[in-house]
Amino acid sequence: MERSDIEAKMRELLVEELGLDEDKITMSATFEEDLEVDSLGVVELLMALEDNFGVQIPDEEAESLVTVGEAVDLVAAKLNA
Amino acid sequence: MTDKVAVVTGGSRGIGRAIALRLAADGFAVGVNYTSNAAKADEVVAIIEASGGRALAVKADVGDADAVAAMFATVEEGLGPVTVLVNNAGITDDGLLLRMGPEQWDRVIATNLRSVYLCTKAALRGMIRAKGGRVINVSSVSGVSGNAGQANYAASKAGVIGFTKSIAKEVGSRGITVNAVAPGFIATDMTDALGDSVTDAAAQQISLGRLGSPEEVASIVGYLASDGASYITGQTIVVDGGLAL
Repeated sequence: MERSDIEAKMRELLVEELGLDEDKITMSATFEEDLEVDSLGVVELLMALEDNFGVQIPDEEAESLVTVGEAVDLVAAKLNA
Repeated sequence: MTDKVAVVTGGSRGIGRAIALRLAADGFAVGVNYTSNAAKADEVVAIIEASGGRALAVKADVGDADAVAAMFATVEEGLGPVTVLVNNAGITDDGLLLRMGPEQWDRVIATNLRSVYLCTKAALRGMIRAKGGRVINVSSVSGVSGNAGQANYAASKAGVIGFTKSIAKEVGSRGITVNAVAPGFIATDMTDALGDSVTDAAAQQISLGRLGSPEEVASIVGYLASDGASYITGQTIVVDGGLAL
């Protein structure tokens, strides 16, 4: 899957599943501060990533995700692994 | 497809059966879970369907993660996304602690508490996504007050209370309420097995002087599953006729 496709899908999930404001979603936006995603929101995002991309994201890897771009990187790495 | 879909674990007999019937009467499509008594589960489904409702009997050992996952998949496919989960499945295996074997302990904890963890986790995915839902856990006065000869049962039921409060705090922001009911002595197979002398003695201790009916417990579960209970969460409602006072 192309990175641009992953980015687009990620954006879509963040808006639809987490109800985030599309304008705020940039690759450098941080989940916690910029997007104000709470801990349950992170879990929701992980579930959405697992369901939509078919990847498995263990807790240790999820904990290190700070920005949207990092989440895209992680998914890309798992899909192309 | 109806919007209201409930799963009742241990729904083939006793309190679970009464809960399944009550929820169906309130307009829920009901997944009636059982472990071994298919005939009784089918009977509950038949009663619901005869009244124009929708129901499905689903066999699953709720202490087993894979079985639980399969159960939720079956209900979702057959009835729709689960909006109410009633963790009712429970067994007793009584004995004084000094004579209680590890298997006796483990079995009760697995069926009564591990099941609550597994089923709630499975149900929450959809509820979080839907930003709403109800989880109702059946605890017991045993869990509230303790009971000699029921260390395993009481521990599992007290565990249900702690779990209820924790998950209420975890998922409240998504509009999901999590509550428990703590029944006292209710006239079911479980109390029948105690024998008349025990239940008669118990009745002496109960303010209302009698055992409760499964319907009297189902009634409060039905309320907790309803729109009217929308601001109640993390609570344990005791339904014991005034025993644990």
